[in-house]
Amino acid sequence: MKILVAVKRVIDPYVKVRVRVDGHGVEKQNVKMSMNPFDEIAMEQAVRLLEQKVATEVVVVSIGSETSQETLRHALALGANRAILVKTEESYCSLNIAKILQKIALDEQPDLILMGKQAIDGDNNQTPQMLAALLDWPQGTFVSNLNVNGRAIEITREIDGGLETLSMHLPAVVSVDLRLNEPRYASLPNIMKAKSKPLLIVELETLGLTLKNHVEILNVKAPPVRSAGVKVDSVEELLKKLKHEAKVL
Amino acid sequence: MSALVIVEHDNKQMHSATRNTFAAARQLDNNPVLLVAGQDCKAVAEQAAKMAGAHSVWLVDNPNFAHQLAEIMSDLVVSMASSFSAILAPASTFGKNLLPRIAAKLDVAQVSDVSKIIDQDTFEHPIYAGNAIETVRVLDKIKVLTIRPTAFDAILDEQNPCSIEHLDKTIEGNSTQFIKQELSRSERPDLSSAKIVVSGGRGLQSAEKFKLIEELADALGAAVGASRAAVDAGFVPNDFQVGQTGKVVAPNLYIAVGISGAIQHLAGMKDSKIIVAINKDAEAPIFQIADYGLVGDLFELVPQMIKQLQAM
Repeated sequence: MKILVAVKRVIDPYVKVRVRVDGHGVEKQNVKMSMNPFDEIAMEQAVRLLEQKVATEVVVVSIGSETSQETLRHALALGANRAILVKTEESYCSLNIAKILQKIALDEQPDLILMGKQAIDGDNNQTPQMLAALLDWPQGTFVSNLNVNGRAIEITREIDGGLETLSMHLPAVVSVDLRLNEPRYASLPNIMKAKSKPLLIVELETLGLTLKNHVEILNVKAPPVRSAGVKVDSVEELLKKLKHEAKVL
Repeated sequence: MSALVIVEHDNKQMHSATRNTFAAARQLDNNPVLLVAGQDCKAVAEQAAKMAGAHSVWLVDNPNFAHQLAEIMSDLVVSMASSFSAILAPASTFGKNLLPRIAAKLDVAQVSDVSKIIDQDTFEHPIYAGNAIETVRVLDKIKVLTIRPTAFDAILDEQNPCSIEHLDKTIEGNSTQFIKQELSRSERPDLSSAKIVVSGGRGLQSAEKFKLIEELADALGAAVGASRAAVDAGFVPNDFQVGQTGKVVAPNLYIAVGISGAIQHLAGMKDSKIIVAINKDAEAPIFQIADYGLVGDLFELVPQMIKQLQAM
């Protein structure tokens, strides 16, 4: 079984983002970047399937500028066999990203596509579902458990009221939730080995896709600030304030 | 502008987030249409028909739709999409699973977690875990939107039921099979719509000690929430999680007990009206946004609070 994993380079989750004063997005200059945490989980799952000999090859793909090579090298160090960078300087909406991934999927013919359920920058939670729709494949979203049984998978999804289990035929698109696994760290020897693994750079223009604009970002602003209130000294004072001052009890 | 609201339900009850989504739809269209697809779900259609402003309810009652799987639900909605200029669903796991699939099949964009409707094409939504608000204009003819329920006041007013139209639709050929659902049973109010939420974090130390949070919640008639640390440590199931990757809540009162206040957690609760923090670390980031802070040992303070609430 061949697995395709899609990964995204995003601002590190522990960085406190600052909105640019000109309203054009957030400050990305000199900010620490890393692999989207949900994608690390997708990557880990693919590598585990490789180690269990369920998967025969893991291909990792990213869409973005030259610097995304770093994210792909990290994925190779974690255990992916080879990597593809679809190089573009522009940023695209989820639908166009899904169309680019669809092209890669049609070329690569994977049996399973693993992705994070959302990227922590846009918080959209759309691309896997859109990719599944474009390929007309079944989708398993927000997955916290995955079992492969031949040409089918059984997945457990995290839903609002608890958990749901589905089974579906391959090929399928699976988006992973935080609780699927605990991603490993890349060891130094593996980081060294990753340098010699194949990383193919494809210019987006050469894929022959016609992508149109679906959304226009008008501006990005900071949310209303919430400031610190008061510290109280006792439970009694707290309850009194909640009852008489805030009137929420 | 004609809007279609996809009703979230369990074949018996309409989910409360549908009322908030309907409120958002009414900002786009005075008389939105509601779609109820499921099995033996007539009662849901009847609840939807009574919501003030409902123009008509379309009911697809068919065993095919018993579990509302995205693969067939999307085909159903796409088959009727040409009559609408907006398609809405709550930004719950149900809506998030389904709407991007619909949007892609229609070759249009989807806006996630809409927190404000500026006009028919322009929407605000939070990005970067709520640390920035993005305004987008959708250039496509059909707008596909998931609605952040806490950002729109639920429509609770009732009207004389509007007409319920039965649609005979079958969608065949699904490669996905439903196996089972395991739901967390709770007598307490629903986390996403509760007026008061009490949440516990790593500071609770164990699943046994987490019961203290439940006792406090019961004394307040509140829902119970948790931080990711508490979920990962196994104190409570994951559907209790409040945050960027869990549920987004905006109750009148949010009490954070033993929660430090990581960015990820704040994303899920910082729009609460009043925030109370109880933590032994006076430097914890949660105190920077709390309206009322109490520094001390939660194992002393919470039992005191329960006792005093019971006496009130």
